[in-house]
Amino acid sequence: MSTQLRDSQLKRQNLLDILFRNLTRFCAFGVLALLLSIIASLVVSSSLAMHEFGFGFLTSADWNPVTDKFGALVPIAGTLATSIIALLIAIPVSFGIAIFLTELSPQWMRRPLGVAIELLAGIPSIIYGMWGLFVFVPIFADHIEPWINDNLGQLPVISPLFSGPNLGISVLAAGIILAIMIIPFIASVMRDVFDVVPTLLKESAYGLGATTWEVMYQVVLPYTKIGVVGGIMLGLGRALGETMAITFVIGNAHQLSASLLKPGNSISSALANEFTEAVGDLYTSALVELGLILFFITFVVLSLARFMLYRLAQREGHGA
Amino acid sequence: MFSLYARRRLINTISLTISVLAMAFGLFWLGWILVTLLIQGLPALSTTIFTQTTPPPGSQGGLSNAIWGSLMMTFMATIIGTPIGILAGTYLAEFGQRGWLSPVTRFINDILLSAPSIVIGLFIYAVYVIKVGHFSGWGGTFALSIIVIPVVIRTTENMLRLIPNSLREAAAALGAPQWKVITFVTLRAARAGILTGILLAIARISGETAPLLFTALNNQFFSYNMNQPMANLPVVIFQFAMSPYDDWRSLAWAGALIITFSVLTLNIVARVMFRQKANTH
Repeated sequence: MSTQLRDSQLKRQNLLDILFRNLTRFCAFGVLALLLSIIASLVVSSSLAMHEFGFGFLTSADWNPVTDKFGALVPIAGTLATSIIALLIAIPVSFGIAIFLTELSPQWMRRPLGVAIELLAGIPSIIYGMWGLFVFVPIFADHIEPWINDNLGQLPVISPLFSGPNLGISVLAAGIILAIMIIPFIASVMRDVFDVVPTLLKESAYGLGATTWEVMYQVVLPYTKIGVVGGIMLGLGRALGETMAITFVIGNAHQLSASLLKPGNSISSALANEFTEAVGDLYTSALVELGLILFFITFVVLSLARFMLYRLAQREGHGA
Repeated sequence: MFSLYARRRLINTISLTISVLAMAFGLFWLGWILVTLLIQGLPALSTTIFTQTTPPPGSQGGLSNAIWGSLMMTFMATIIGTPIGILAGTYLAEFGQRGWLSPVTRFINDILLSAPSIVIGLFIYAVYVIKVGHFSGWGGTFALSIIVIPVVIRTTENMLRLIPNSLREAAAALGAPQWKVITFVTLRAARAGILTGILLAIARISGETAPLLFTALNNQFFSYNMNQPMANLPVVIFQFAMSPYDDWRSLAWAGALIITFSVLTLNIVARVMFRQKANTH
């Protein structure tokens, strides 16, 4: 009797085990299915535009809803330009912040300052956009752009990049706002990885007479390069897909220009501004194809980051 | 010899000064943004914000429909996204040692974690909004829940991995079946960390605008019906801030103030909670 009871209970528990395991597996599989269905739905919805424009879509700078001529060159260029500007500003600043938080700051200030930087990451992107449009852009137009025009705009090679109207609303302004947004992402990853460097390693370098900067640049940075690259890639992924902060300040102008001081467009802001108002299947389809391109670019960047991290991690593992 | 030493000292001083300046640079923006929000938002904040609906241009009103819509969609998205996220995270941490599914899922989850949210809006538009034929609160909810899932998966897996194996072995040695070990022992031990992850996910979606533009859209009226277009704070802020009307803009600032401070509060609460948990161990 009692063995029978135990048997049936064992069976029931076994069944529950199998159920539970497969339930969790189903959910994990759901993530995979989600990605596949995102890609599939974007491909299907943009097939009309793909069929119509082919690969010319990527190289054409036309964007004319009236004549149904669409090309993605302007938004792609805008997305890449704003992200590159953002990275150029954010990488050194984040490195500085991480050095400050791990080496220079007094112990009692570390936590509050670290939280403050992370709060910067918590502010919703629409707030950055609004603040950018109403506060930053006027100041940028009145004080910074004239200076850029007068100084950088006169230099031989880079002058086309830095001469233009003093409107405020521009690719450069969008890039700067984006930089402020991604600094906390990169800085907090850098701080976390700098924190895991063994104290012994740092103390050995100090013991040999190295200065703080030399310890950071020649010991800590090489030791943590995996994490640093990962943090930068994470920031880049954010920057590429960021929508609201850019939409407010980039100006949504479908024009191709070398000047960073002119309004431009990015993939995400073209979508945010035009998608709900798009009339006609081809227009909608072209916008979805923009979304597909954006997804593809971020997918490649993030995958590269992952693979690089795996490889570097393996190499570090062998070295140790 | 002395000159080399002096040069190294100089480089060190310069770079450390720059590092302090970088820190000040980061805090400067945080301070500037918060001060702007307070200056612009506080005067616009009044009780009517919470009691009246969004007005047509030129008349008085509040944001009650938008606040309600945001709360409702955030709540439903959390309800939908959290269990899926926890279960999938459990699979990755507890069952996924062998086979191809868990490394692939982990990889894809990391990508979804940083995937552009506007693309998620496009996806829901294509698979849901077009099929039902109109914008709706459910569309917004689904888009937000897709953003919740990867965050919860990531924290659940990380937190479960912190649980020592001896705990699992002890439970198994007492004869507990695996589902009981996981639900009653490991998940319970990790619950503070998982809750932190959920709070961070809520903080993340309550400010999301891009995925709601093509899904929930907006609604001028107060509505409980999730099957209709639904007002929500981020989209209202977007529309009102871009408008030329002064009273709309001041409502947008009030909304921005509300959203920012609730998100920051959530962030701080999550951190404090996790820290307390860390201290007890």
